[in-house]
Amino acid sequence: MTVISMNSVHTPVAPQTGVQPMVSFRDVHKSFGALEVLKGIDLDVMPGQVAALIGRSGSGKSTALRCINGLEKINGGELTVCGRNLRARDFELRDLRKEVGIVFQSYNLFPHLTVEQNVTLAPRKVNGLDAAQSRALAAEVLEQVGLSDKALSYPEQLSGGQQQRVAIARSLAMRPQLMLFDEVTSALDPELTGEVLRVIGKLAAGGMTMVLVTHEMAFARQVADLVVYMHQGRVWEAGKGTMLDDPQTVELRQFVGSGL
Amino acid sequence: MDYVFDFSFLESFRSEIISGVRLTILLTVVSILPGFALGTACAVGRLYGPRWLQTAVTIYIEAIRNTPLIIQVFWLFFGLAVLGARIGPFNAAVIALVINTGAYSAEIMRAGFQAIPKGQLEAANCLAMTRRQIFWNIQLPQAAELVYPALVSQFILMMLATSIMSQISVEELTGVGYQVQSITFRGFDVYLVIAALYLALATMLRLCLHGAAQLAFTRLRRLRTPL
Ligand SMILES: Nc1ncnc2c1ncn2[C@@H]1O[C@H](COP(=O)(O)OP(=O)(O)O)[C@@H](O)[C@H]1O
Ligand SMILES: [Mg+2]
Repeated sequence: MTVISMNSVHTPVAPQTGVQPMVSFRDVHKSFGALEVLKGIDLDVMPGQVAALIGRSGSGKSTALRCINGLEKINGGELTVCGRNLRARDFELRDLRKEVGIVFQSYNLFPHLTVEQNVTLAPRKVNGLDAAQSRALAAEVLEQVGLSDKALSYPEQLSGGQQQRVAIARSLAMRPQLMLFDEVTSALDPELTGEVLRVIGKLAAGGMTMVLVTHEMAFARQVADLVVYMHQGRVWEAGKGTMLDDPQTVELRQFVGSGL
Repeated sequence: MDYVFDFSFLESFRSEIISGVRLTILLTVVSILPGFALGTACAVGRLYGPRWLQTAVTIYIEAIRNTPLIIQVFWLFFGLAVLGARIGPFNAAVIALVINTGAYSAEIMRAGFQAIPKGQLEAANCLAMTRRQIFWNIQLPQAAELVYPALVSQFILMMLATSIMSQISVEELTGVGYQVQSITFRGFDVYLVIAALYLALATMLRLCLHGAAQLAFTRLRRLRTPL
């Protein structure tokens, strides 16, 4: 079992303190058939930390993220998430997924259910909450994402930004230890990205451990304790947000310069 | 045109006609739900089952959809009797209707399941829901809603298809019509009435199924979305 730090201060990687990383990649490889997409990833995310994966399209960011909750199976190396060894797979994937939330670019809400039902379906079915408990839970997480007044609406009645915030609330309702975000604002109109980023920023400030793939450089610099620039399936450069001001590699310099 | 209508048979054969209508309704009502359930199970088997099950289900669906219903009924009624299994005409009729409707609704439901975006299922997986929970709470309600109009048409076609069952002495509406006609020789008037009765039954069935949809699909009701 991982020792979870109760201290929510964002600390840089510090293995010597005895606190285990919540996510730990060690030389992780992943191929789709003959195509090697991850070519030896090393990365540690400590409890309470926010890591932002940036990089060009096709560099393997989503794949790395999807390995974390077992949506993709790694082919080599070691990957430990919340104390579980994903190489060995000696545990129920569902048990890991109770602790790791993920939000996708396409919100993937359940269109036939109300916002409240979307948020409480898994807590009711998976964690056995009763009607009163799940209503209180929905009120709490919808408040967190600023949608208290939309509990009885259906997804089709909401804007993209609101739908994405419901998707975040739906993940939070499982009370995860770790949240994953895969380009959650990329499908949104520019004027709607702000409201979603604010919710994520608030979560980060509250001490939630997160790994997020993003194209929002300013946001990554602002909330991330660790910025990871991926290039061609490798961690090309990693460090604090300030690394974006002074890239060490030609590739990152070009990437930052391209305004992506 | 000096044809004179004569509907006096409505009075003299009143009880026969009523019992024919009743039998048509009964055949329809008892066959719809089991047929739909069988079809849904087959759709699931064909989409997600092991190879052997996919093959078995495909053979069943194609065999039923490419042979006449009346032959299926004859085979069940006369064919099984030869083997010593006497199931009775009413049971043979119901079983044939269920098997037939099952095959057609399987294909309809399969299209419904396939129309659900994969991302939703991935999201549900990531919320630690089990296969079973995902099926009952996410896939089945949405698939049924998506293909509901096609299902309604299929069930109405099934009701109309009960008209062949008098061939194995299940005297439903068509069978009664034939009897009345052969006694009165008023074929024009008799079948006009029979047709009107089928039209009324189909309309009623359609209304009932739309009512059921209003109950089952909460979102459609709340948002007043037409089916
Ligand atoms: N399921 C898959 N099957 C085959 N190739 C895939 C699959 N998922 C991703 N890829 C490939 O892996 C590479 C990295 O993809 P991805 O991780 O999505 O990159 P990014 O998120 O950085 O844009 C791409 O070349 C992509 O086409
Ligand atoms: Mg991606």
